[in-house]
Amino acid sequence: METAHTLPPAIHGIMAEFETPKALIAAAKRTYAAGYRKMDAYSPYPIEEAWEAIGHHDRRLSFIVLAGGLTGLLSGIGLQEWVHLYAYPVNIAGKPLNSWPQFVPVCFELTILFAALSAVIGMIVLNGLPQPYHPVFNVEAFSRASRDRFFLVVESEDPKFDRQGTAEFLKGLDASEVTEVEP
Amino acid sequence: MINPKPATYEPAPLIEPGHTFGSITDKIAGVVLTTNQPLSWFVVISIGFMIMGMLGMAITWLLIKGTGIWGVNIPVGWGFAIINFVWWIGIGHAGTLISAILLLLKQGWRTSINRFAEGMTIFAVMCAGLFPLVHTGRPWLAAYWLFPYPNSMGIWPQFRSPLIWDVFAVSTYFTVSLLFWYVGLIPDLATLRDKAKLKPVKIAYGMLALGWRGSARHWQRYEHIYLLLAGLSTPLVLSVHTVVSFDFAVGIIPGWHATIFPPYFVAGAIYAGFAMVLTLAIPLRKIYGLEDFITMRHLENMGKVTLVTGMIVGYGYISEAFFGWYSANKYEGFMIWNRMTGPYWMYYWVLVLCNIVTPQVLWFKSVRTSTLGLFAVAMVVNVGMWLERFVIVVTSLHRDFLPSSWGMYYPTIWDWMTFIGTIGMFLTLFFLFIRFLPMISIFEMRTMAPAAKTHDPEAH
Repeated sequence: METAHTLPPAIHGIMAEFETPKALIAAAKRTYAAGYRKMDAYSPYPIEEAWEAIGHHDRRLSFIVLAGGLTGLLSGIGLQEWVHLYAYPVNIAGKPLNSWPQFVPVCFELTILFAALSAVIGMIVLNGLPQPYHPVFNVEAFSRASRDRFFLVVESEDPKFDRQGTAEFLKGLDASEVTEVEP
Repeated sequence: MINPKPATYEPAPLIEPGHTFGSITDKIAGVVLTTNQPLSWFVVISIGFMIMGMLGMAITWLLIKGTGIWGVNIPVGWGFAIINFVWWIGIGHAGTLISAILLLLKQGWRTSINRFAEGMTIFAVMCAGLFPLVHTGRPWLAAYWLFPYPNSMGIWPQFRSPLIWDVFAVSTYFTVSLLFWYVGLIPDLATLRDKAKLKPVKIAYGMLALGWRGSARHWQRYEHIYLLLAGLSTPLVLSVHTVVSFDFAVGIIPGWHATIFPPYFVAGAIYAGFAMVLTLAIPLRKIYGLEDFITMRHLENMGKVTLVTGMIVGYGYISEAFFGWYSANKYEGFMIWNRMTGPYWMYYWVLVLCNIVTPQVLWFKSVRTSTLGLFAVAMVVNVGMWLERFVIVVTSLHRDFLPSSWGMYYPTIWDWMTFIGTIGMFLTLFFLFIRFLPMISIFEMRTMAPAAKTHDPEAH
């Protein structure tokens, strides 16, 4: 193993600041076209074109939520069938012990509950949150990423990354400011 | 063939012109990140807190003495507790309708009102949940009546009962509403973290924001589950009031045992909820100067929803009366006749006046575009929907099948203190919310700013 790869990178990456969402999207598209892959766009509200431009689309949450919902459904069926057929079989108004239509509401509610919980927990976990520290916050101007500014960061882990070359490239993209991000 | 060009109708903008990402952020976050609260905030929260103290007194006395201090009796075994439970839970439904169903229907106007409507949902469900909890008299023993585990005798809850469905429906509804609300808040909490000047404030919002930084990779997953949550909440909210109506409709009491109940209850819930959203929105936009974001168009749209759902409720009343006669069932016929002309006749007719007659003024644009007019109608509907639940519960029960078992229901002072007390609790929680959290979704409002348009309209 080469020692150069195990050394921590000197910087997290290079950040370009933009004033409009259009400029961010255009810059992200050109950065992607230039062959950079380890990058991220930051915006104060969701912009579909931004994650498309950096080539990101994660579909795993659909399956996580489906699995959560099915787990809820099965636990609803399992709980009620087990309680009323085995644990506590009681004749209620002459109905059969397995009067399954009456078990539908609880199954439905548990499906929704488990699906919603897995959606939220899945989103938080896949996003790597909670994350108290992240290098981008070292840039003072980044506090406006939650207000009215748009940022593009090319990370130093990208194989094409070059401290001078990447900075020059980003400066040519209509960025109002280009800064290095401390690790 | 004549093919006239359809007249183009340009609706009023959803946000007053001239706003930028920065001005939207500063305006909404400014309500929270300031030490200057308007005087009316202090007035409302003081009154709310005092009334909540009354709730504390009423519940303490209830726990000491038992449910005998309430006016419930035989035959009227269900009184204020269920009336208030249904009233509050119904109010909550508009919040979910606005946040989930209107999102799926791509109604842009929901953006200005969804946050505080969701807050309203959560606090209303908390008030609602209090009643089933305390009506057991000994809530610390109620756990094994309600939750799915056996008591020490090996007895399990009965899953064939609508009351246990209700426990699952309401607790799921509360949990999912809270999740939906919190997920919506995360980016705004990050905004507050970045804007806050004081260190402890920064840390508090920072912890709640989970380190959100607005990454595009995060936004993609975020938008994905936000849509999924909306899709899950939509059938959920319809199911909750359906299950609440099953509490009645599955029973065999004349006046309750009706197939119209689920749709009629759901419509009534949305009706009551929109009235409450109007009741809250009209003073709030005035106090905090948010007329730029909660425009007349928003209020007018809410007025229209109120009118439509009010007429569905009216249809429910008419069908109840019609089937009382058409069923040719002696008990059903007597029930509806007794409801209209019996000892509680006044409640019934005031309810018709509040819920069917008064909202018809919303047909007039001049009423829908007048804050005073809308507020007055909303207050009338709030009262009317409470009366509806009173009439459904009390008039169906007080005349039992045997005339020897007939009775009357008189709420006691403790009933009233508990009911009015929950209004205080609601006001206290709601005004704490608008003090500490942004009452309008900041990040969603940014998408409404003209600068957010990244598509070139000519390109399409």
